[in-house]
Amino acid sequence: MTAPSASAAPSFAPRDNYLTADYSWRSWLLTVDHKRIGILYLLSVTGFFFLGGLFAVLLRLELATPQGDLVQAETYNKLFTMHGLVMIFFFLVPSIPGVLGNFFVPIMIGAKDMAFPRLNLLSWYVYMIGGLVSFLAIITGGVDTGWTFYAPYSSTYANSNVALTAVGVFITGFSSILTGLNIIVTVHKMRAPGMTWFRMPLFVWAHYATSVIMILGTPVLAITILLLALERLFHIGIFDPKLGGDPVLFQHLFWFYSHPAVYIMILPAMGVISELVAAFSRKRIFGYSFVAFSSLAIAVLGFLVWGHHMFLSGQSVYAGVVFSVLSFLVAIPSAVKVFNWSATLYKGSVQLSTPMMYVIGFLGLFTIGGLTGLFLACLGLDVHVHDTYFVVAHFHYIMVGGAVMAFLGGLHYWWPKMFGKMYPEALGKFSAVVVFIGFNLTFFPQFLLGYLGMPRRYHAYPEEFGVLNVLSSAGASILGIGYLLPMAYLLWSLRYGPEAEQNPWGAKGLEWEKAPTPPPTFNFDATPIVTQEAYAYADDLPPEESRTQARLV
Amino acid sequence: MSDSHGGHGALAHHFEDLEQQREAHTLGMWAFLVTEILFFGGLFAAYVVYRSAYPEAFANASNQLDPVLGGINTAVLIGSSFTMVLAVHAAQQRRKWAIFGWLWTTIVLGTAFLGVKYVEYHHKWEHHLIPGPNFLFEGQPGGSEQLFFALYFSMTGLHAFHMVIGAGILIWLSVLALKGRFDEPGRNAVEMAGLYWHFVDLVWIFLFPLLYLLGRHQ
Amino acid sequence: MSASHDAAHADHGGAGLKLYFAVFAALLVGTWLTVWVAGHDFGVWNTPIALAIACTKAALVLLYFMHVRWSSRVVWMAAAIGFVFLAILLAFTVSDYATREWLEIYSAPLKGR
Repeated sequence: MTAPSASAAPSFAPRDNYLTADYSWRSWLLTVDHKRIGILYLLSVTGFFFLGGLFAVLLRLELATPQGDLVQAETYNKLFTMHGLVMIFFFLVPSIPGVLGNFFVPIMIGAKDMAFPRLNLLSWYVYMIGGLVSFLAIITGGVDTGWTFYAPYSSTYANSNVALTAVGVFITGFSSILTGLNIIVTVHKMRAPGMTWFRMPLFVWAHYATSVIMILGTPVLAITILLLALERLFHIGIFDPKLGGDPVLFQHLFWFYSHPAVYIMILPAMGVISELVAAFSRKRIFGYSFVAFSSLAIAVLGFLVWGHHMFLSGQSVYAGVVFSVLSFLVAIPSAVKVFNWSATLYKGSVQLSTPMMYVIGFLGLFTIGGLTGLFLACLGLDVHVHDTYFVVAHFHYIMVGGAVMAFLGGLHYWWPKMFGKMYPEALGKFSAVVVFIGFNLTFFPQFLLGYLGMPRRYHAYPEEFGVLNVLSSAGASILGIGYLLPMAYLLWSLRYGPEAEQNPWGAKGLEWEKAPTPPPTFNFDATPIVTQEAYAYADDLPPEESRTQARLV
Repeated sequence: MSDSHGGHGALAHHFEDLEQQREAHTLGMWAFLVTEILFFGGLFAAYVVYRSAYPEAFANASNQLDPVLGGINTAVLIGSSFTMVLAVHAAQQRRKWAIFGWLWTTIVLGTAFLGVKYVEYHHKWEHHLIPGPNFLFEGQPGGSEQLFFALYFSMTGLHAFHMVIGAGILIWLSVLALKGRFDEPGRNAVEMAGLYWHFVDLVWIFLFPLLYLLGRHQ
Repeated sequence: MSASHDAAHADHGGAGLKLYFAVFAALLVGTWLTVWVAGHDFGVWNTPIALAIACTKAALVLLYFMHVRWSSRVVWMAAAIGFVFLAILLAFTVSDYATREWLEIYSAPLKGR
């Protein structure tokens, strides 16, 4: 609230914003505005989310009964493969960076746009092309290798559209690289005057760390997938044991990307949570620099642990021990974040608005997901629960309970800024509760199933697993409703929702304090000059205490 | 990295000044090169694993390559890097024909490299050294020698693909140079293309000894 | 702004051409050296020597042709980080293969043929 320049424009007439600047199709499909590209991403990731969700519905329907009665084993293989592929490569990886990151990283640092607006648009097109190629592979027969494409099954034996799917994933990888590259350069070079590194919102730090992973990891996946496609199409032999090739090498290269990719999915979610916790506790985030650096620490440590996916692959047991120990290290920065968010809540004036409901859900579910990750990182215990539903439950707690909850929370939090409309608050809270209940009912039984020894990726199972599976399927249907509700009322709000003020939450940050709602094409009426750190919620505190807090940051 | 060139002004709308724009483009290019390092990196990892597992087979297979052609190509590529530097230098001094000339020298050298590569590939084709079901090594069907050739073709093929892209960019820049685009972004574009070209050279500096020379001392 | 950039280049721009030529010559000598050492057997040192020469050549290209020597800190970081993570990829992958045979119960899957 220090620079008076931003609020000078009188608002008698409805002002031009990025949505009303131009209504033509062309203006959307050829836009270089990071906000419109964010909206394009929002539309497409939502489409892929419901496509992946459709596969999940079919999976849970099949698993509602012990017999394999709804689909054949082969069909089931394709269903879980395509569920994983769509959700990971076409929803989780691009969701928060593509939608919220694209929209808000430039605004939060006071820039007019991303550093490379056309590359940004290109990244969406590349994503869509990759998505369409994979979609083509899905509707022309599907793929059954599991999303991990393990050789030599994928390279030699599978009778499904492996090559075409691989090409789709390969293409989409470049979209991720372009997004990452763009965010890195934007954060380095586009910050407004006064926006120092340690005044940046933690959302931006999280996206910076994510982008580092994107540009370091994704190319390795790209070359691996390319080799796989070559192996499959031309039998060049690179992963073929007959010629002395090693399928485990495929796993090394694959997980060099795909483990860090887990952090591509969760780090932006952590960034969202940092914003929301501070905004709805009316309090500066506890230990700002620890949370900021823990993002970078996760990005770096995430590259040192991939072998914990390969404990039972024939990998050297000595390498396994090293990977196991290093995996435990990743828990430290993750725990730093969880503790700091909890400490931020402590003595804050907590408001349980809809986004905050998702935050509370996230904190619990992410903690469970993280702690069970430690079980799995433990070399000995992993032998027992490897490839069981325990693993499935673990990563769904992180990915769905963590990343998707944060995405929904962030979407609700920034929805008024993005579209200038408020959604119905009571319905919002209700669906957050539905999502939470549905989620736990779906996935908690899977921990038990896994611990009891039910392997993943089978379409039929012994009778004694029946009750827990029915619970899980019932939970999934509740979860599905929990996802459809926000979709319905958010769309409803676009037309019928009340107009949003510039800062409906009374939150700090350039996007609320300086940018109009919805923002104009260049985000601000004048380039903001930043004079204070992020989360300056100290106004409510007595002056002395607020000065102490400011010095601490 | 071409964001500034389609625009009419030298300064794209979202930058405050030319310095910010130039720094952003430079950093963007370097970030891209980081991805390139790891893109090739996957192949180098495979190379390290298989070569240490099958040293004999790799040395024998490597001896099928022609180190003279490889050596000449290395010199040609280093030469093209040198002329690229001269093109960047000329761009900084806004000497139109010098830019054009050095860019085209670079393109010609790059094409020569690709020509030699074609001769080598053709030779491998004739000797059934293309990995796949028809691979024959000294009359025998493929063993782990085939892994060497799978890596040889992946690595040099990916490298050659980068050369083709690079040559395309240089041709485009030479046209821009003739049109007299010497504002700051235009000059910077030559510099960015130079970074890319040198990176491609850099990869070859490692590929040459690793692929062509590992069995020569026997 | 761009004037200061030109000035920065002028610092090495004057000596530039000579320096570039020297680097070019060094790279050619390096190539010749690579070929020469490949013809001699240094036992286990064959590969390290070849790689040392290649790394020196690569460093020359990076520092002088790619102007890293005169670049900002963030470019230094970008140039370094790619190689650091490549080293991580290689080191951890090799750590698996190098230690597989330490334990007798593991067969060595890569010594098949």
